Amino acid sequence: MTRGAGDTTIAETRGDRIFLVGIKVMLWIALIVVAVPLIYIVANSFSSASAVSAGRVLLWPVEPSIRAYKEAFSDPLIMKGYLNSFIYAIGGTLISVTLTIAIAYPLSRKTFFGRNLIMSALVFTMLFSGGLIPTYLVVQNLGMLNTRWAMVIPSAIGVWQVIIARTFFRSTIPDELYEAATIDGASDLRFLWSIVLPLSKPVIAVIALMYAIYQWNSYFDALVYLKDPSLYPLQIVLRNVLILNSGTGSTTTTSLAQQLEQQQLANVLKYALIVISSLPVLVIYPFVARHFTKGVMVGAVKG
Amino acid sequence: MSGTIEVSPAPPAPVREPVRSPARIQRPGRWTEARRSFRRHWQLYLLILVPLAYFVIFKYIPISNAVIAFKDYSPVKGPWGSDWVGFKNFDLFFHNPVFWTLLKNTFILAVYLVLASFPIPIVLAIALNEIRQGAFKKTVQLVTYAPYFISTVVVVSMTLLVLSPRLGFVNDAIGLFGIPQVDFLGDPNYFRHIYVWSDVWQTTGYSAVIYLAALSGIDPALHESAKIDGASRLQRIRNVDLPGIMPTAVIILVLGVGNIMSIGFEKAFLLQNPLNQSQSEIIATYVYKTGLLNADFSMATAVGLFNSVLNLFLLVAVNFVAKRITGNGLWS
Repeated sequence: MTRGAGDTTIAETRGDRIFLVGIKVMLWIALIVVAVPLIYIVANSFSSASAVSAGRVLLWPVEPSIRAYKEAFSDPLIMKGYLNSFIYAIGGTLISVTLTIAIAYPLSRKTFFGRNLIMSALVFTMLFSGGLIPTYLVVQNLGMLNTRWAMVIPSAIGVWQVIIARTFFRSTIPDELYEAATIDGASDLRFLWSIVLPLSKPVIAVIALMYAIYQWNSYFDALVYLKDPSLYPLQIVLRNVLILNSGTGSTTTTSLAQQLEQQQLANVLKYALIVISSLPVLVIYPFVARHFTKGVMVGAVKG
Repeated sequence: MSGTIEVSPAPPAPVREPVRSPARIQRPGRWTEARRSFRRHWQLYLLILVPLAYFVIFKYIPISNAVIAFKDYSPVKGPWGSDWVGFKNFDLFFHNPVFWTLLKNTFILAVYLVLASFPIPIVLAIALNEIRQGAFKKTVQLVTYAPYFISTVVVVSMTLLVLSPRLGFVNDAIGLFGIPQVDFLGDPNYFRHIYVWSDVWQTTGYSAVIYLAALSGIDPALHESAKIDGASRLQRIRNVDLPGIMPTAVIILVLGVGNIMSIGFEKAFLLQNPLNQSQSEIIATYVYKTGLLNADFSMATAVGLFNSVLNLFLLVAVNFVAKRITGNGLWS
């Protein structure tokens, strides 16, 4: 017990050193397995159409070209999808964060009557749901089908995010602060606005990012609720081009050579589209990863 | 606990509040407490109204709408006005030859997914925990975490491209060993493996973070004393780390099993094609097709409800077993 810092100098045994090498090998394998497909996609997206069609690209661009990107960025359907996705991501996040705080903060106050009952009612919705069709009927009755609202309202609040925010409020805003503010004449809303929110920037950032990424990546709501192609988010456009192979439908070609070229271009286009659509998320990713980790941990502590 | 009004046995409240019965003063009843809370926090109750309305409208009304599973739904009459048909929809579904295929496909896929995606993040977290803080550790974490942020549509299309018979590098790679090209997506027997392992690829790094958090919560003194007692790395993992993350692991497992029957519609639907349908048609995709493509609302709701109930039942059962065995569970 009194050894203090000295005990970390205990020599590693040979077995331990071999074990450590084994662990490092394993981590290298994990790294490679995850990274290779990502690199492969990027390398292909920057290669020439003929190299991609011949399957000559592995981890480095062959005959570098940005033709596919030019093509993608000049496609009106894709750009419209991009724009729509931004609208849904920004609007949806604003709505979601506001509503989440509006429910998480009251539930974090010990003197809020019925908070346990409400919390149980929320958690119950994580375990049991009416299902696809009953929810669809609600959206239909509200007249939201085929409107932008259908993308942001039915999925506005995530129970997980409420739990994260509530845990944060409860563990970082001391009761004494509230008492003091009340004595100074602050109302609940005033206290929330001028004291709680400024102190809660980290958790607000975390849940905002969670919602934004969810919105950016979601396609199911659009598949179910939207019919008008001008409202489609990027993910639906991607699905049509990448998985259903229906192309962007803007080209009519005549000669066989042209058709072949179109076909080849369609192949590279897929890789470029994957990169383009993931770009916004991957650009902010290194900056947010740390905060995200914090959010996951808060959630894990109090499940 | 600074002596707030609620806690003190003789509240100064009577000054503001007319006394009705002496018993009330002794111990404020629930309604007194509620009234006091309303008066004190009326702004918060106002604030919570809109989000509560959200849950009622988009979560609880759909649960009540599920009544159409027992009805012959007519859009004109609405969910509650439609005619009752009892268990007819369920009966039809259970006697439909597709029932067993759906149940089997969903169940096998889900169990396979849980079994594969449960241990791997634990192994990754423990391995990361064993190496020193440094660039390598940071890189592994950053890279393995990244796929989680990519959308399902993109992950599926990446899978399709990488596995594609003529162009994908997987076929190139196995070609080097003299194995002939395989049309992975065209063969139903590969569907489950593709589904599960692409999921593991996407989520392992993210799930590992939870275990890393749990590992960092283990008292370092335990490791130190184990070291002094001459425990090897492996022994310390087995006797210190694993018991330390056990509660977290149980919760993750229970949640995983609880979701067993509701596994991703999104991915199954995207990976599906007419060739692999014999194994890729699961309850969720069937509900979508029956309900929204064929507009048979009542039948689709019945199938979905069957799924939800099965889900809840599994969750409760597994939680019960987990509590019995490990003492940890989702709820007490």
